[in-house]
Amino acid sequence: MPHGDQAILQVRGLNKAYGSTPVLNDVSLDVPRGSIVALLGASGSGKTTLLQTIAGLVEPDSGSLLLDGQDITTVPAFKRPVNMMFQSYALFPHLSVAANIAYGLRARSTPRLERERLVDWALELVRLQGLGARKPDQLSGGQRQRVALARCLVMKPTILLLDEPMAALDRGLRAAVQRELKSIQRKVSATFIVVTHDQDEAMAMADYIAVMDNGRIVQFGPPREVYETPQTRFVASFLGVINIFDGAATGSGSSGLTLTTSDGIRLTAAGSAGNAATACVGVRPEKLVVTRAATGLANDLAGTIEELSYGGNVTHAVVRVAADRRLATIILNKAQLSTDLLAVGDAVHVGCAPESLVVLHE
Amino acid sequence: MSHQRLSAVDRLILAVPLGWLLVFLALPVVAVVALSFHEIADSIPPVRALISVDSGRFALHASLRGLRIVTSDGLYLGAFKSAVVNAALTTIGCALIGFPLAYAIARAPASRRNLYVLLMILPFWTSFLMRAYAWMGLIRDSGPLNSLLLAAGLIKEPLAVLYTPAAVLLVMVYSYLPFFVLPMYAVLEKLPSDLLAAAADLGGRPFYVFRTVTLPLSLPGLISGAVLVFVPAVGEYVIPELVGNSNSVMIGGILWEEFFQNRDWPLAATIALVTFVMLVAPALVLRRWFSQAGTARI
Repeated sequence: MPHGDQAILQVRGLNKAYGSTPVLNDVSLDVPRGSIVALLGASGSGKTTLLQTIAGLVEPDSGSLLLDGQDITTVPAFKRPVNMMFQSYALFPHLSVAANIAYGLRARSTPRLERERLVDWALELVRLQGLGARKPDQLSGGQRQRVALARCLVMKPTILLLDEPMAALDRGLRAAVQRELKSIQRKVSATFIVVTHDQDEAMAMADYIAVMDNGRIVQFGPPREVYETPQTRFVASFLGVINIFDGAATGSGSSGLTLTTSDGIRLTAAGSAGNAATACVGVRPEKLVVTRAATGLANDLAGTIEELSYGGNVTHAVVRVAADRRLATIILNKAQLSTDLLAVGDAVHVGCAPESLVVLHE
Repeated sequence: MSHQRLSAVDRLILAVPLGWLLVFLALPVVAVVALSFHEIADSIPPVRALISVDSGRFALHASLRGLRIVTSDGLYLGAFKSAVVNAALTTIGCALIGFPLAYAIARAPASRRNLYVLLMILPFWTSFLMRAYAWMGLIRDSGPLNSLLLAAGLIKEPLAVLYTPAAVLLVMVYSYLPFFVLPMYAVLEKLPSDLLAAAADLGGRPFYVFRTVTLPLSLPGLISGAVLVFVPAVGEYVIPELVGNSNSVMIGGILWEEFFQNRDWPLAATIALVTFVMLVAPALVLRRWFSQAGTARI
């Protein structure tokens, strides 16, 4: 986690409650300069409230915000060098596209020539040249989103906040827009903070992901780190699919830990569960090796294939390894149509290395 | 007219409001227009028939006397002027109080908005005359307003409010306020709060946001509210009669006098027509201007 002078924004111990319901619970976060940070969580996790607090639209009950080292906790929204792209886009319906984009420049009394130059620059940046005279209701959803983006970027914000930027777009458009947002971010070299409930979007766009649950940031790190080494059961299952084993922990120490589940499965994991008598470990489906013979790995379980679903590049297989335990696995379809295709009911072995098992905390 | 043929049921449904408008709007207007050209007579009704048959010959008895009097006599011109000024002041007063009021209701928690709207229209449950008399009691020389100001030491002698133009304005603004607040509220309530947040986020100070976002987007409510107040306020007759200066002449009062006391029906009809044209013409202009403004502004 980056610290100190690399951080453009430091969030320190933010608390916010609506009535007696806490929405932000001691939230601290360092946002690295020039990065894209995704606030990822389910609805009600506090991610939008955190974004609005950074924008200055919501006042925190306690805690502080440092922007470039300056305390901005009590600075009103209209004075913060931070701009927000709203989920609804919030375009002014009575103003043309150009006037929408010029709104913030007018508010800060930018001279006309400079304003026109910046509006043209912003229109070009989001590829809306020639549409400046249109009204928002004469645009498509994707065009409206780009107006909202241009309206923020023209302000040259230190940080751009994006609230569910893809929510109102067709599914087919999203991947292209994600790439475009990333390329625009590099072009303007601003810091982006994106709120999303979509883990794929967070992983595709962000340099860092902050996973939020119940008003807290439960894990912060690069997508790979958050996905590969989730700290908690919640993070592990919120980001993708994971097979989880609960059991008694023995021999926890530098050599790793041995876990014995109630249905008699013994696993060795590389991590440590401290001195706890019970532990929880998880393994991602793509980390599991599925073979007909024994896998030869430290953890090897015999089972039968219960479900197969062919997905082109990969095949998703569910393997039953005990009466009431099914493991999700992913088999990469490397071979050409081979004669040795796995079929439902086949006896197989499922295995993984100790390093593939991640120790999860509650 | 219509490209689609209407079914018998549709025609029947349309016939009801159209019939109503014909009987209660179009016919009376035609009757008033006709009445304004009559000659007065000392009879019941106090007008001479427009056309008479005298020994087999038709005779027309039309006169422009009403229009001549109305456009030349300073009394009537002054009355029209003071009616318009009074209605304009009432409209401005309603806007100044009604806009913040409607704004506050629209920004209140959703659960309480309906209550506030109910409170706003609650006075309608009481007779209008009762409320006007209540105001007379409140603002008379020995009334609570003066007692309070005297007790507070702010004034040494009772303020003469009752029977002044100020009293007329006060009671008119009070009476017409809901007609302004309701359409204003309807528009403001639909104003997305995201727009205001976005404007603030883009660096707009509160007053700038109000001037550039709230006000332009609430213009339709402002205009309907103003029309709803201004139009009836021009013809207002009861309030000036009750709380105003007895010397002040309002167009409604003059009309009443000409019709009932002087029994000059053609003149009364002319006054009504001039008032009607005075009110409809600006409304049409406003409408035209407004529908163009929607498309032309960039």
